[in-house]
Amino acid sequence: MDTSMNEREHTNALLLRGERIIDPSQNLDGPGDLLIADGQIIAVGPTSEVQPHIGKVIQSGHGLQPIDLPPGLIVAPGLVDLHVHLREPGFEDKETIQTGAEAAARGGFTTICCMPNTKPVLDSQATLEFVARAASNVSARVRPIAAISKGEKGAELSEMAELAEAGAVAFSDDGRPVSNSKLMRSALEYATMLDRPIVEHCEDEGLAAGGVMNEGAIATRLGLKGWPAAAEEIMLARDLLLVRLTGGRYHAAHISTAGSVELIRRAKTEGLPITAEVTPHHLLLTDAWVAGQRAGLLGQDAPTQGHPYDTATKVNPPLRTQADADALIEGLLDGTIDAIATDHAPHTVVDKACEYDEAAFGISGLETALGALLALVHAGKVPLATLVAALTVRPAQAFSLSAGTLRPGAAADITIFDPHERWSVNPARFASKGKNTPLAGLTLKGRVRYTILGGRMVYEAGVVDQALATTR
Amino acid sequence: MEQAPVYTSPVEQNQEPRPSYPAAHAQQTAMPDREQIQSIFQRRHLLDLDDFSADELRLLLQTTQAMKAVLARPVRKVPALQGSTVVNLFYENSTRTRISFELAAKNLSADVVNVTASGSSVAKGESLIDTVRTLQALGADFVIMRHSQSGAPYLVAQQIRGSVINAGDGWHAHPTQALLDLFTMEEHLGSVSGRKVVILGDILHSRVARSNIWSLTTLGAEVVLCGPPTLMPPNILTSLASSDQTTCRRLRVEYQIERALEGADVVMALRLQKERQDAGLLPSLREYIARFGLTTQRLAAAKPDALVMHPGPMNEGVEIAHDVAYSDASVIEEQVTNGLAVRMAVLYALSQARQRV
Repeated sequence: MDTSMNEREHTNALLLRGERIIDPSQNLDGPGDLLIADGQIIAVGPTSEVQPHIGKVIQSGHGLQPIDLPPGLIVAPGLVDLHVHLREPGFEDKETIQTGAEAAARGGFTTICCMPNTKPVLDSQATLEFVARAASNVSARVRPIAAISKGEKGAELSEMAELAEAGAVAFSDDGRPVSNSKLMRSALEYATMLDRPIVEHCEDEGLAAGGVMNEGAIATRLGLKGWPAAAEEIMLARDLLLVRLTGGRYHAAHISTAGSVELIRRAKTEGLPITAEVTPHHLLLTDAWVAGQRAGLLGQDAPTQGHPYDTATKVNPPLRTQADADALIEGLLDGTIDAIATDHAPHTVVDKACEYDEAAFGISGLETALGALLALVHAGKVPLATLVAALTVRPAQAFSLSAGTLRPGAAADITIFDPHERWSVNPARFASKGKNTPLAGLTLKGRVRYTILGGRMVYEAGVVDQALATTR
Repeated sequence: MEQAPVYTSPVEQNQEPRPSYPAAHAQQTAMPDREQIQSIFQRRHLLDLDDFSADELRLLLQTTQAMKAVLARPVRKVPALQGSTVVNLFYENSTRTRISFELAAKNLSADVVNVTASGSSVAKGESLIDTVRTLQALGADFVIMRHSQSGAPYLVAQQIRGSVINAGDGWHAHPTQALLDLFTMEEHLGSVSGRKVVILGDILHSRVARSNIWSLTTLGAEVVLCGPPTLMPPNILTSLASSDQTTCRRLRVEYQIERALEGADVVMALRLQKERQDAGLLPSLREYIARFGLTTQRLAAAKPDALVMHPGPMNEGVEIAHDVAYSDASVIEEQVTNGLAVRMAVLYALSQARQRV
């Protein structure tokens, strides 16, 4: 678009005309118009269907100007990320709610769910109110996930009912599993009355102890202690049995192994109330990257190979084998996996600039997610509509969020991206304080151009690029 | 005045001195020159042997031979590293390796500084990167590094303008140890190609084993790994495969020591740390010794002139019986002597590789 959309903010109404609007929640995929007023979607679809609504909008006093989006841009619902670490309160040097939301906007995410492993842990009404206040005027909608157990200590249930009332959309002790089966059972049972899912980080701590990467051929070669896929599957299998016992809603966070996909597939055939998420890095990277070998789709255009023991590859659960990645993609295609979630885990430079064993676990992923995932679409492995669904309607459904849709009446949360624009990943330019990504220096094909939150433009790539160029 | 009693060690009492210069090798003592080195060896660091070509290995062996001749002279010095600063950065205790590197550098006329973890700001919590930047600012040309965590030297190599020599990192690699092991074997066997080398013990936690597997299989030896399954790395056969399948073919795993030792040319015993039992990987040392201890009786299955090796320090009575350690078959002391020559060779080769005419 030639003119800044900010000029149009005060008109309160927007009519976007695009070559392609994709909204899996309404089975939309094609050229059309999107009519927004007062921060809400008024109408969307082929021009003929939207046309009748324009009159009403203008009559109600809105100024309206149509914007013809350049060809090639895709309009989609604002993306939904079920798994983000915003680090605030307590770890503000890694990220704040404000910088995390800014990063989300740049990544095309308009709704993000933040994990409770902050300091203090999000296990009380007071801490949830803090988050709500801190998130009141930032570039994305922040929905808190509250802790399952007090202090995430894995001993006593948190006051889930109060937390639900204070805005928690789900419960998790993420960072750690709920190792005590009795507590997990209680959590699943208790949460049924609140109709919110229990989100589990699946890891058998005894088996995984000390592991810093995937246990396998690469770990043996590098002399690093790994943890085996079985440690994730053991915990997942236990949880699925408890779901069967209790009927509680369950969401498997960041699954990383072929075995996990198979377990979830079978459990879903039983009709158990389970959902699952996968991260972009588990779909696209493997443990070969720890050895400095940039294998796979994202490594194809890499200017150089990586270096061995790059701590940017250190993440929990770890990057696994190509066979695991392939099974995860298969799971995405057949619906076994519901959502893609970044597990955005920002860290300071200091936390990562050290020996591999010492480095913190985590990848800062909000700003590279879509660009990286589009490689799957370009390679013909995943249809674009499936990808968009896994980033919008399906995560929204998993947590019963009103998000990820362009239905009339929904909030005008929209992302507009160019699936072909090439850009180089430069963490120094991230809005996130976390510069820790294994994709640094790589070229991605696909970039968010605009993110709109409640009808307000919260990210415009052209404006940001210009600002960064002048402040060099 | 009474004469001080002369001490003869059990080694000297019990055996003839072992000849260490087979005649065939005596001719190849020419020190490779810069051109020769640069044509084959173009590295800035020595971090691992996993990507070494056979030619590179042979070049270092040749250089070691030449350095051994230097060590036989009355004045054991060459000026190759004069004016260079060599820093020994040891985060793990190690007497023999550190002294070996220190002497190697001094024999090449370098200035040597020793930094040990306990005696410096490292103990106060200074990060590895900060330490390296300090050394760089002070003009370190070579950093010889030992660290308890795999990959640490790679981090240093990223940061430093000089050269890094890995003196052992975690479980990952100990390239100079493997080189001196290789040199020692070839001194006695001629060439390791086609020979059967058994590595016995805790392979999982052993950087010595990993580096030896690389060097031996590259030069055509057959390597047999023997130890309890809980101390054998998972996927060991696939993990050390290079892109050509040669490495995989020449590597075998064996849980029965008698079968492993059959017809062996070399038996290398590895140190077993007592912590392995605490970690639940072994039921007891007693059972380990019973099943895997290298005794004279078991050694009889190997070839009559098989070599017994150990990277040191030994747990006598655990992985290796006392009488085996000091038998005619043992070349353990030679390993130490050769280690000095190998380290001189490595420093020399790296310094020559860096020089631009």
